[in-house]
Order: sequence, then C-alpha cells, then structure tokens
Amino acid sequence: MTQFLSLLLNGLSLGALYALIALGFVIIFKASEVVSFTHGSLLLLGAYSIARLSDSIGFLPAVLVGILITAAAAFVIERLIINRLRGAAVISLAIVTIGVDIILLTELIRRLGSDILNVPHPWGGESFRVGSVGLSQNRLIAFLVAAVLIALFFVAFKYSSWGIAMRASAEDGETAALMGIRQGRVSALAWVVAGVLAAVAALFLVGSPTPGVTPTAYAVALRAFPAAILGGLDSTGGALAGGLLIGIAEAMAAGYQDQLLFLGRGFSAVVPFIVMIAVLMFRPSGLFGTKELTRV
Amino acid sequence: MLSIDALHVTYGGAVQAVRGVSMEVPDGKVVAVLGSNGAGKTTLLRTISGTLRLHRGKVDAGTVRFDGTDLVGRDAAQAVRLGLVQVPEGRRIFGRLTVEENLRAGGMGNKDKTAKAKAQDRVYDMFPVLKERSSQRGALLSGGEQQMLAIGRALMASPKLLLLDEPSLGLAPRIIGQIGEVIAEINRQGTSVLLVEQNATMALGVADLAYVLDVGEVSLSGDARELARTDEVQRLYLGHDGGDAGEQRVRVASGKKLSRWTA
Repeated sequence: MTQFLSLLLNGLSLGALYALIALGFVIIFKASEVVSFTHGSLLLLGAYSIARLSDSIGFLPAVLVGILITAAAAFVIERLIINRLRGAAVISLAIVTIGVDIILLTELIRRLGSDILNVPHPWGGESFRVGSVGLSQNRLIAFLVAAVLIALFFVAFKYSSWGIAMRASAEDGETAALMGIRQGRVSALAWVVAGVLAAVAALFLVGSPTPGVTPTAYAVALRAFPAAILGGLDSTGGALAGGLLIGIAEAMAAGYQDQLLFLGRGFSAVVPFIVMIAVLMFRPSGLFGTKELTRV
Repeated sequence: MLSIDALHVTYGGAVQAVRGVSMEVPDGKVVAVLGSNGAGKTTLLRTISGTLRLHRGKVDAGTVRFDGTDLVGRDAAQAVRLGLVQVPEGRRIFGRLTVEENLRAGGMGNKDKTAKAKAQDRVYDMFPVLKERSSQRGALLSGGEQQMLAIGRALMASPKLLLLDEPSLGLAPRIIGQIGEVIAEINRQGTSVLLVEQNATMALGVADLAYVLDVGEVSLSGDARELARTDEVQRLYLGHDGGDAGEQRVRVASGKKLSRWTA
C-alpha cells in the first residue's frame, strides 16, 4: 500500500509536468492549427539555458532568463515560419515543425557534448516523507508549481480577452477575423505561453530523481505527446487529464517493474504510448476531443 | 461613406466573380444588394470586409474607399478598426462560447472601454433575450436568436457601417420580418447598413437604395421603392403578383402563431 501511494504521488507529480507540456501542445494546435513537434527541443533548450546560466548569474535569474529564452524561441519559430505558412496543409506544417525540431536539437546536442549539466536546484535531491510515503522535494515543488500554473492557465483561458479570442479563433477563424480579432497575435501568444510552460516543466524534469540535462530530457518531452493526443488534441481539459494519466501509468509501470519483468526491463518508457493506443482504440478523438462533425 | 468604383475581383486568377461594379453607400442610409446565387454578392462583401484573401480572391482593378481610406489590401482587423463590421452569412456564431463570450469576442476590435460598455447596453436593450440567455452556450439558441446574437456581436464593435450577408437565410418568415425591423432600428440609431439579400421583399422594404447584381455586374440600381415597382424586379425577385406576395404565400391559416419571438 505504501508503495502504491508513493508511486501514485510520484505519478501525479510527473503527470502534472506532462500536463504543462501537453497544454502548450494543445493551445498551439488550437491557435495555429499546427501539430507542433518542436516541443522536445524547446524543452531541452529551456533546461540547457537554465543549467548554463545558473553558474554565472545564479539560480533564480537563470530560471527567469531560461524561460524568456524558450518563450522567445517559440515566438521566433511562430513569426518566422508558422505565420508565413498560414493556410498550408496541417500535415506539411507538422513536418516543417519536425524539421525545426531536428535543427534545434542537433545544435543543442552539439553544445551539450558529453557533459552532464546540472541545474543546481536550491531544494537539492532530498526527499519529503509522510510516514513511509516518499516523494523527492523536487517533484513536490514541481507538483505545486504546475498546479498553480495550470489553474492560472484555465482561469485565463476562460475569462481573459486572450482566452476568448483564442477560443473564438479556434472555433471559426474567419468569423473571428471579421470581429477584429488578430489571429497572428493570438497564435504568437499561444506559442509564447507554450514556450513558458515547456521551460517550467524542463526546470523540474531535469532535477531529482532524473539525472541532469542530457539529450534524454528530449525523450521525456516526447511522452507528453501521447498525453495531449489521448486527452483530445483540441481539449485543454483533456491535456490535463491525459498528462496525469500518463504520469501515473508510467510511475506505476516503473515501480512495479519487478512484477512486470516478463515484459522486459525499461517497459515504463513505452507505457505512455501503449496507454495512448489503448485509449484511441475506444475513443478515436481522445477522451475529451471534439469529434469531427460537420453540420450542414 | 463607402464608395466602390469599377471593382474587378477574381478567384485563383481565373474565375471572375465581380466585373466592374460601382456602388455608393451614403452616410446614414440602408443600401440593399440583391441578386441570385453566384451574382457576386458575397465576393463584394469579402472585398469590403478584408476577408477576400482567406478565399484566395484578388482585386484586379478598381477602388473601395471608406471615408476616404482605401480598403483594398487591408485585412479584416483593420476594417473593423475603421468602423466596418460584417455579420457573416449563416450567422456563424461561436457555438461553444456563451452568449456573453460571443459578445465579448465581437468587442475585441473595440479598444475604447466606455464605448464597449455602451455597445453592450445597446445590444441587451435591443435584444433582451440575449441578456436572459447570457450564460448559455451559443449553440443552444434558436436560429432567430442566433441571428440576433450575430447582429449583436457585430454591434459590439460600434460600427459606422454594418455589413449584413443574407440575415434572412434559413429563418421563418415571421422572424425575417423582425430582422427587417431590427435593421431599421439600427439605422435609426445612426449606423449605415449595407444589406446583401436574396429575400427582396424584406430588403426593399427596409432599404433606401438598392442595387441588383447579375453575374458579377450591376444590372439595376436606384431608389429601393421605385426599384420594387419595376417589372424586372417584380418578375425576378418578388413574384408576379406584387410586393408582398412572398409573405402572403407563407402566412399561416386563421392567423395561428407558429412560434413566439420574445426579443
């Protein structure tokens, strides 16, 4: 039971981070109609900037600057590439983002070389315990920060002008344009928000219990894709549910790996994708996604 | 106020949708544009409202001026900021947004907060049903209510000129009559209106001036009342037996009410 609770907590905290990444993925899809595969390298960029800058300017300033750099990179990608290709087929745009991702990733890997950079989290690698249920402090703080950010995001999405402009353009772009909503701005802002969320997730994903900034952090971001897809690509609530579900499933598979040995070691790494496939088999548009309906 | 001169528009460089149209919307008037499907009515509106590019259309020649500003090449957001707002064909309300959020979306181009608050009061005054349903999702409204919401949403931007693309489309005759009254009221409150319609009875009843488009060209134009009396308009748009034939045909026996309109 203790192990179960412990895994559940770990899963929730990991899932909250996946949810942050998946939310960015979903709002980019809603605002720009792009399935953005740039998220993996944006995440790595965030982690890399924070780790590199921490030595010279200190931890907190490095976090802020790292978030800014990631958001700026997302903004530049949107302005320079996505915005100019508006109206291109969704599939071409997706492949363009894969290209951008590979370019950015290659450069980051080259810079990383073979070092393992560490983000000097002031909270260190200690664990937080209640009775015998444990969670690394890093994950606990991650969970709290993610919860606050997600709550803020949903409030803004529901009540702010940006949220309304965003939902209106996602539903009917031409009519939103007729109302004077500038879609270019809505889309650019979505990318910036997605960049910020990815960088915050990166800050925690490279801390305990995961070891430092390595190219494997990229693979972590990949697991947020199934989270977004299984929640329903156009649903922000779905991104949250999908993220938590994937996080818990992954943590459980890792924790009970001795019982799951017949599936082979490292099974937990593929669990997110198996969960996604299982969900899509029964609900092809995801848990909360809009079914493709055409009203005549 | 709006003046269109020798306008030519093509789609994809090949299909000529509008050929040499010239048109005037004087300040404070209601101008109707009649014509059948494919006459170029919607293309004309797209050119004015700045959405032509979204449909791969292009202005080949001619000018569209609004209070002296050339509109060709400007996008929809700029047109809205100049005071030109279009109610799209088929209402196109945001079904997943609430009524109130739809209205807020309509006010996005309106930076002036007091103007926006005034616009909202005016909309709720004109359509009390929207206030009652302000927290309902747009998709749950009836067709007539959705049209009211679409018009209300456009009014949130405090337009100087309101463009309406077939507001009567798919609505019951009783409600079409009410839409006519709403247009007249909006005009009385000082907004000029360009009304594109297939329903000539309603359009000519509310308009001061009218143009008839035929395969991309203006075939008739003039005072709306006089135009309604011409043989061509009677034959093509109003039916043989005079002005309100269309309405008489749909009137229900013994004056029974089909539905109630509460706006």
